Amino acid sequence: MSEENHKNSGWSRRDMLKGLGGIPVVGSVWWAGASYAGELKREKQSILETLNINASPPPPTGDMSGDPVRVGIIGFGGRGKDLCRATGFATDAWLGDMKEILAENPNDTRLKDFMAQENLNVKLTAVCDVFDVNAEEALSSFNREGNTIKRYRTYDELLKSGDVDAVIIGTPDHWHAPISIAAAEAGVHVYVEKPMTHNIAETYALREAIERSGIVFTVGHQHRQTQSFLTAQDVIKKNILGHVSLIQVNTNRNDDNGAWQYNIHEKASPQTIDWDEFIGNAEMVPFNKEHFFRWRKWWAYGSGLSGDLMTHDYDRINCVLQMGIPTSVVASGGIYTHRDGRNVPDVMQVNMDFPDFSTGSSQEEGKEKGMTLVYSATLGNQFDRTSLLMGHDASMELGNRLTIYADARSTRYAEMLEAKKMDPNVPIYQYDPAANGVDAVTSATAKYFANKGLLWTYRDGKRVDSTFLHIREWLSCIRNGGTPSCGIKEGFEEAITAHMGGLSYKLGRRIDWDGAQIVPIEGYDLDEVLLSNKEKLV
Amino acid sequence: MDTIQYSKGQSWSLIFLRIFIGWHFLYEGIIKLYNPSWTAKGYLYSSQGPLKDVFTWLAGDSTIVAVDMLNILVLTSVGLLLILGLYTRLSALAGIGLLLLYYLSHPAFPGLPQGPAEGSYWIINKNLIEMMALFVLYHFPTSHIFGLNMFFKKRKASSTTNTQSLQS
Repeated sequence: MSEENHKNSGWSRRDMLKGLGGIPVVGSVWWAGASYAGELKREKQSILETLNINASPPPPTGDMSGDPVRVGIIGFGGRGKDLCRATGFATDAWLGDMKEILAENPNDTRLKDFMAQENLNVKLTAVCDVFDVNAEEALSSFNREGNTIKRYRTYDELLKSGDVDAVIIGTPDHWHAPISIAAAEAGVHVYVEKPMTHNIAETYALREAIERSGIVFTVGHQHRQTQSFLTAQDVIKKNILGHVSLIQVNTNRNDDNGAWQYNIHEKASPQTIDWDEFIGNAEMVPFNKEHFFRWRKWWAYGSGLSGDLMTHDYDRINCVLQMGIPTSVVASGGIYTHRDGRNVPDVMQVNMDFPDFSTGSSQEEGKEKGMTLVYSATLGNQFDRTSLLMGHDASMELGNRLTIYADARSTRYAEMLEAKKMDPNVPIYQYDPAANGVDAVTSATAKYFANKGLLWTYRDGKRVDSTFLHIREWLSCIRNGGTPSCGIKEGFEEAITAHMGGLSYKLGRRIDWDGAQIVPIEGYDLDEVLLSNKEKLV
Repeated sequence: MDTIQYSKGQSWSLIFLRIFIGWHFLYEGIIKLYNPSWTAKGYLYSSQGPLKDVFTWLAGDSTIVAVDMLNILVLTSVGLLLILGLYTRLSALAGIGLLLLYYLSHPAFPGLPQGPAEGSYWIINKNLIEMMALFVLYHFPTSHIFGLNMFFKKRKASSTTNTQSLQS
């Protein structure tokens, strides 16, 4: 364009510069943004390709069509009611409470979640509870259109009634095995709460009974349904963490309910409670309301921290690593936060050793072998400690979400760390089952949100109760065949490990497993030690 | 408004302010545009203050895709237009609306958790300041001095005063 033309159009060079001056700015900013985003994406891709983790939720369990499964509930207390709700049966009292809560807090989704829960095509036909109030609550709530429920005074009558195909057992621990064995013998499928058994002898007896019977048997470790477990298994399989030498799992609780100091019902009396039936194979003591409602506080009926809560954490790790029963266990602790007459500890540390186990190695062969699993618990503080698997190459936080951090001294990731492609303080991998995909190299802000559980948590009504999924899996195996994720093998390992913890605590010494049995200790009958109503024997 | 006469210093201050804000908007938009896994979900879920429920609802599965797309679209186009100098008053208004939403989702009210921020704020934070700066730009336009708008202004002026030369 000539100067003449410029003049004619009225646009000088100066005008052109002023008019179009923004264009190079736009170009630069666009280029800078796109190349930075591209670089982040490439880094993330290269980490994800290095790790190559398959993030996948467990396959859905089979369909629920056909004749309804007739289920009986044995033990309709706190946990029994939860289990029935997960099966589709909420008591009138619970529904009433939830409606009240919802009126006060419209964000409470529990009622909505329950109403949205899939129908499992179950009839709740029988209830057995030794406390009249509990049994009557089941009758008044579940005798309704389409469902008839009958009360049985004893579990034996219930199992032999011919009214049930399957039972859910939510009794105190000392009843778990006797009822499960009787059910197996009657050909009735079993869902039993943890711990699977209360002593060593019945652990073997139950395993035999289940193997003989062919019933579908599940232990209530609903954590197995946590969606991140298959992903965690893949992380271990691909040796992302390197050799895991130490795992920590924890219980932190700081309230009366968490310390098993449950409410004592006002109607509790020798007239409303069948005391002999409650005591069962435990040592007979005079009627005692506290023993009945707060049974978890005594070894005679409960199993302390090692049986009650450690079992969940042990099973979560066993589900990922399949490391089985520890070679040795050393436990310590005491009654330090609730000195109320209980005889089970409320602070407890259990060290479980697996000297021959390895998750894999990134270093020279033979250098690494063996692992310790530490369970650490207090009922006097509720600081949130995460479950952590510590490997030579990376650490993995395991929960609903799964987060992996590279170790600053890792062999496998040395080059990427050196090149600043990985930062030990920023997760190299994060999997959230509620998210659409996976994320790596999350920013500090994203980390802040993730740590608060704000990213991709179950909202929008998509939250599913893991107990529901666990019961669904059990019912699917009854209907369609298949093996439950926490069956007799897993239950056996869980129970033996729990008993080793309890024995070590009570005897103040190391307890060994020789591959077939807990190594006997001269001068002691180990089952007597476990059941003894003394806090510690030594 | 076009009749405002700026001194040199005034006009260049306003032009730079316009370009800087445009720069900021455009870069934020582009970073998100080129990162397919970016989402405002976490930001919205952590919303605080009186409109918490509204923002939490926006983060829901049925709305978040549209919210993310709109956010990128507004950030990028406001940025582009402010830098290029076209429809700058409309852009300023759109930018004000977006910043107001950001502010309301995490207002710097006393007593509310501050969330991830690099400074300390009491009621007034940087979102609010940037918003006020856009108000200034709305009232003191500069695209007729620097920006594509200049050509439209010139053309309008030429078409009325110099019709003949344009026709030739």
